[in-house]
Amino acid sequence: MADERTERHFADGQAPPDQIGSRVLRKEDHRLLTGKGRFGSDVDRSRMLHVRVVRSSVAAGTITAIRTEEARAVAGVVDVVTAADLPGDLRIPVRLLVQGVDLSEHLQPVLARDTVRYVGEPVAVVVAEDAYAAEDGAELVDVEVEPDDVFLDARTAPADRIAADFTLGYGDVDAAFDAAAHVVECRFDIGRHTAVPLEPRALVVDYLPGSGDLEIFGATKVPVFNRQVLAGLLEVDPESIRMHAVDAGGGFGVRGEFYPEDFLVPWLARRLRCSLSWVEDRAEHLVAVNHSREQSHQIGVALDDNGFILALRDDIWHDNGAYVRTHGIIVPELTVAMLPGPYRVPAYSGRVHVALTNKTPCGTYRAPGRFEGTTVREQLFDQVAAEIGVDRVELRRRNLLRRDELPHRREINTLGTDMVLDSGDYPGLLERALARARELQWPELVEAARAEGRRVGLGVSMFLEKSGLGPSDTADVEVTGSGRIRVHSGGTSLGQGIETVLAQVVADEFRVDTDLVDVINGDTLLQPYGTGSWASRSTVVAGNAVSGAGKQVVARMLEIASRVLEVSPDDLEVGRGQVQVRGVLDRALSFRDVWRDTQPGSAWLRPEESAGLSARFRFNIEHMTYPYGAHICVVEVDPDTGGVQVLKYLVAYEVGRAVNPTLVEGQLRGGVAQGVGGALLEQFSYDESGQPQATTFMDYLMPTASEVPDVELIVCEDAPADTNALGVRGAGEGGLTGAGAAVASAVSAALDQPSMSALPLTPSRLLQCLRDEAGTHARAANA
Amino acid sequence: MKPASFEYHRAHDVAEVVELLVELGDDAKIIAGGQSLAPMMNFRLARPSALVDVNPVSGLDYIRREGDLLRIGAMTRHRDVEISRDPEVHDGFAVLPRAARWIGHYPIRCRGTVGGSMAHSDPTAEWCLLALLHDASVVVQGPRGQRTVPVAEWFTGFLTTSGEYDEMVVETQFARPRAYGALTEYARRRGDFAISAVGVAFDKVDNRLTDVSVVLGGVAGVPVRATEAEAMLEGSPATPETWVAASRNAAASVNPPSDLNGDGDYRRQLVETLMQRAFVEALAEGARR
Repeated sequence: MADERTERHFADGQAPPDQIGSRVLRKEDHRLLTGKGRFGSDVDRSRMLHVRVVRSSVAAGTITAIRTEEARAVAGVVDVVTAADLPGDLRIPVRLLVQGVDLSEHLQPVLARDTVRYVGEPVAVVVAEDAYAAEDGAELVDVEVEPDDVFLDARTAPADRIAADFTLGYGDVDAAFDAAAHVVECRFDIGRHTAVPLEPRALVVDYLPGSGDLEIFGATKVPVFNRQVLAGLLEVDPESIRMHAVDAGGGFGVRGEFYPEDFLVPWLARRLRCSLSWVEDRAEHLVAVNHSREQSHQIGVALDDNGFILALRDDIWHDNGAYVRTHGIIVPELTVAMLPGPYRVPAYSGRVHVALTNKTPCGTYRAPGRFEGTTVREQLFDQVAAEIGVDRVELRRRNLLRRDELPHRREINTLGTDMVLDSGDYPGLLERALARARELQWPELVEAARAEGRRVGLGVSMFLEKSGLGPSDTADVEVTGSGRIRVHSGGTSLGQGIETVLAQVVADEFRVDTDLVDVINGDTLLQPYGTGSWASRSTVVAGNAVSGAGKQVVARMLEIASRVLEVSPDDLEVGRGQVQVRGVLDRALSFRDVWRDTQPGSAWLRPEESAGLSARFRFNIEHMTYPYGAHICVVEVDPDTGGVQVLKYLVAYEVGRAVNPTLVEGQLRGGVAQGVGGALLEQFSYDESGQPQATTFMDYLMPTASEVPDVELIVCEDAPADTNALGVRGAGEGGLTGAGAAVASAVSAALDQPSMSALPLTPSRLLQCLRDEAGTHARAANA
Repeated sequence: MKPASFEYHRAHDVAEVVELLVELGDDAKIIAGGQSLAPMMNFRLARPSALVDVNPVSGLDYIRREGDLLRIGAMTRHRDVEISRDPEVHDGFAVLPRAARWIGHYPIRCRGTVGGSMAHSDPTAEWCLLALLHDASVVVQGPRGQRTVPVAEWFTGFLTTSGEYDEMVVETQFARPRAYGALTEYARRRGDFAISAVGVAFDKVDNRLTDVSVVLGGVAGVPVRATEAEAMLEGSPATPETWVAASRNAAASVNPPSDLNGDGDYRRQLVETLMQRAFVEALAEGARR
């Protein structure tokens, strides 16, 4: 079969064209589009029981009693556990420790013991024969809480509510502000919102009775890390746990982190010696999964006479919710570290106060810290433009780092690595984006609409992203008995198409089509050293790891074939699905032949030489790479309702090298949808008692097809990254990063305001803004 | 988000429905399209002990004109009204098909029923607003036979009606046909429940407004009539000045609640805007015919 396909592929005598850079159809799509995807809750086990988490309905308080008798009496309920049943005071460790800040006091317990700190906090777990009985039981668990005062405003946090307070920066900021010709300051708040993947979380834990080993399905993101944490909490050997990352209906940062359920479900499986399923519902998801984004900035910039930046400073209150979770403080850290963005900022100081409130704990959400920082910085620059009388775009032109100023070292350490902005042409990209907008006649569109009295405005934002965080990733590549190529990577499939991308990368090493490549992601037995998919890093680090492993297998094939064909390996090459003598295409061995020659008993195998055709490669990378881009949009504000419609949208993004342009475009379009959501619609608000107000899709407003604009894309490959051999920069987040800033910029232009003061830009807020403006005009007319 | 346990019964005619309702008592609920009840059950906000599925009941899906009445059977799906091209519907009740487009999304409109909406009585529901706009009556059938309830007596509070637990809504009778009508809404996303909604209906004689109705949704626990504004409009010239002044009056007459979408003041401003838009739309649509 495989050989037939191989022959079909190469019947015309041509090696396939380069797979990298081509719009190969996604390998995952056939199974996903024909209903054969395998998601967490598709995994079924015989006599599997169902888990339901009982969550606090009070935002802050002391637990005085938890009564479980009634729940236990429900038909079908098998077990009810509380913190008293746990082996100890178990807390979930931080995955990414930065800035040397000790966060151990603020970690979330797997079940609340004495106190509850947010609505949604797990306090008990019910196990039952089906999900209905589990929910019936959970309803009857009586949690008695003596309420405490709730704390909801990060800006007013007392010292004991501050988990971390640190400053990043360089240069003499105070001196620059003292000497400046212009100082502009503003306050900007970002609303609390987060990733809402189509599929909520799901876990199936299969308990193997003989050994007590566990197989866990569904923790799709960083399975190797999660296994390590789980093994530590359970006090078992990590090798006794096998994690399978399965298909996932979106991740965006929140899915697959280690949450309380990631301990509770496996622990209960061991306690009850049976297989368990836990499927989060949407109402749980909206209070349980990491929230993100909520920050309040007091930002200022000092400029000289010509509008050149002398210094930038920001004071940030970051609302981290009730606990510090696996991401530690990387969202606030990335906010301050990335805040200067693509600009020449001679002196900088960014301080962040990480406050703990009685809300759902926070973590990363696609473009963490960059969405927040970019929005605030770009809004500040719009305000500057208005105050010093310079065109918004011209101000940016003056201050963007020029091509000849790169690489540019910033005296900032983030995610444990120094910041070196690698090659690129920031002003060039901005000009390309602007030229495209002019070509599409967007300025004329705005002008014509305004001439009719419509409130239409054009917004521009410029941003810097980061990607390819090291220090390493590992991949295995092997040639199989049928001559196919199999990859065991540490990446995980969150819907982003990483299977396809890795197949393209490895296909080029073997000069074959991606149809001959099978990619297995996120299985901790097959790839115990994988580092997962997050932070726009998989194409960079997993891609280069797969490329390296592929090269080693090819070299080994050439070595074995050279023994068989009695030619020097230097005279051999791979092509047309075979190892062939250069220039003599019929002197060749198929991949299957070479595989056979490496099997135990083969005469071509030397004594004590390992059998098979496989290699494991660890790719190391010292510094991150920095993609960059621009967003331009046109919006219309309805002056009678305050509603905003995004009329036009453009993203220009430098990705170094697009392994698959279609997938890059998909990433950018999806990012814009989420960015528009965060800018206009999505928000978790709380009442004064800490009750979350957006706990269903009726109140947590996701953008739909009607709210998301068509997106014009410019995928740039003008500046391949020099940090890795593939030259890739990562493309996962840039559709989102500049969206809040661009939409806010366009809305402020539509309203003839210098800048806005908060996201989301809700209709009631904008209508108020228009009324204030009308009031000002009326007062001016009367004066 | 799994419903609490409930019994399920299926009824094949109205008599059987009533029989079941009597037998099952006041914890039972009728389910038709299920577009409101099913989510409420999944959130366990509604916990009926039993459901009586009326989908097998035949003969209740009709739109029938009789003189000045437009009778819509309870099992008529929103979508059937939306796509109706019946001239007898359009003559005097043209606002109904047009307003039906505001109801949720396409799948919701294909499943949800007019009778179900009247029984659920959400204060921003299109059918409830239209019923008030067109002085409708709700026909219910119970163990004591049929009775016809004028809409003013139907809505008794937020999601509550004067229908008894053992009665089924079988028909809604829309009255007072008029040449001009429009329902306008505003929501942050297409297809969502309106933050506020305004319906207007009127005739025009010698370019003066007559027989004017104005209803407001999303401003109180039930849909309300803007009676003072109606009086201002009655007999006034069909000009923007007229409805701008009346819309200010209507907005000032309500004291809407605050929620995530905005405070009472914001809703009042929306009422003003939407009412003006309703008049513009009604005149434009009326003129097209």
